Amino acid sequence: MTGALEETPRVRTLLLDAEGWPGHRPGQHLDVRLTAEDGYQAERSYSIASAPGEPLSITVERLEDGEVSPYLVDEAREGDGFEVRGPIGGYFVWEDDGRPVFLVGGGSGVVPLMAMIRSSPGSTPIRLLYSSRTLEDVIYREELDARAGHGLEVFHTLTREQPSGWTGYSRRIDNDLLREIAWPASDDPQVFVCGSTRFVDAAADGLVALGYDPLSIKTERFGATGG
Amino acid sequence: MPQISRGFHGRRSEASSDRLPPGQHLVDDFPVLSAGPTPHTPLAEWTFTIEGGAEPASWTWEEFQALPSEEITTDIHCVTKWSKLDTAWRGVSLDTLLALVEHDADYLLAFCDGGYTTNLPLEHVTDGKAWIAYDYDGEPLEPEHGGPARMLVPHLYFWKSAKWIRGFRLQDEDEPGFWESNGYHILGDPWLEQRYWGD
Repeated sequence: MTGALEETPRVRTLLLDAEGWPGHRPGQHLDVRLTAEDGYQAERSYSIASAPGEPLSITVERLEDGEVSPYLVDEAREGDGFEVRGPIGGYFVWEDDGRPVFLVGGGSGVVPLMAMIRSSPGSTPIRLLYSSRTLEDVIYREELDARAGHGLEVFHTLTREQPSGWTGYSRRIDNDLLREIAWPASDDPQVFVCGSTRFVDAAADGLVALGYDPLSIKTERFGATGG
Repeated sequence: MPQISRGFHGRRSEASSDRLPPGQHLVDDFPVLSAGPTPHTPLAEWTFTIEGGAEPASWTWEEFQALPSEEITTDIHCVTKWSKLDTAWRGVSLDTLLALVEHDADYLLAFCDGGYTTNLPLEHVTDGKAWIAYDYDGEPLEPEHGGPARMLVPHLYFWKSAKWIRGFRLQDEDEPGFWESNGYHILGDPWLEQRYWGD
């Protein structure tokens, strides 16, 4: 581990220097294995946040009853080491073919989508619909603000609490909200949805109702896996 | 010797560790992992088909419910590293289904609503090792967990227990399915930690 960024009170990005890392594609994840002094081990998977070619990073949300995530968010510090394995996954992966891209992220589900945004050359139109509980919970807020406009449109919705003067959306994702933001199905967009099971099902079902081909919607669901 | 992670102590679950394959941890809930939207096929349109035998075989939902079924209580292990103990299912054994089809195949490729496929050697789905399950915990299986019916092959990683199954094709060769073509192991034995290509 070569550094860390506090993204929100519950979320931290860890910069990694992984010996022999073979490179990855945007959307893939890696496995982290921690080993205690007596040999006890725990493994979890985390989405890669960095674009290919950038210094490798993962962004981790602390799960209160978790085993690995509290260590990565609160305890691990620069110079510490642990095992990583990857990249893993060949399905939830963006290959830029010029088709418009619709990204839908809930909470820390934005992480693999950020790897896609960071790896975009800017010529392919991308829309991100990003649902957070409060403004404070928005991960990568400043970077998204800075990147918006260069082929990227960002739509925030805050589901629990909004600051005064908030001009974004203020509700959970529903079919009307998707209809306003999603590319028309006739544009044949690539779609990536990542978040909790309930979030992903709401978004994916809504897009199918809008006429999207179910096979065009790639999903990644975070269960409450005690990570 | 793996690298020690300074300050890591872990939250060991002392119970049942002999039932936990390497790299797994226990959960009490039932996480969901699927590729793509959840299909919702009406039971009136649902059929289960076995292709690749001497004669194709097919059952409607009602016909399938009339087949002899079994109760299964078993541990399940997901490749994303959670395991759940003592899950309770009801379904039709693949032994029951395969006895109704004349064939000399060595493998099957399961197919599902939503386009998902997964491959299995027949020796891993016969002799009481696999079922087509339609009840979970005494209730009809919910769509998010694979209902109306899913494969249940609990001795392999749970992606082999294909959700929304609609049938399988018997074949001579082991043809990689969806996850098996996307970086995951061709067989997926959790006790050998066969997660990914190269394991």
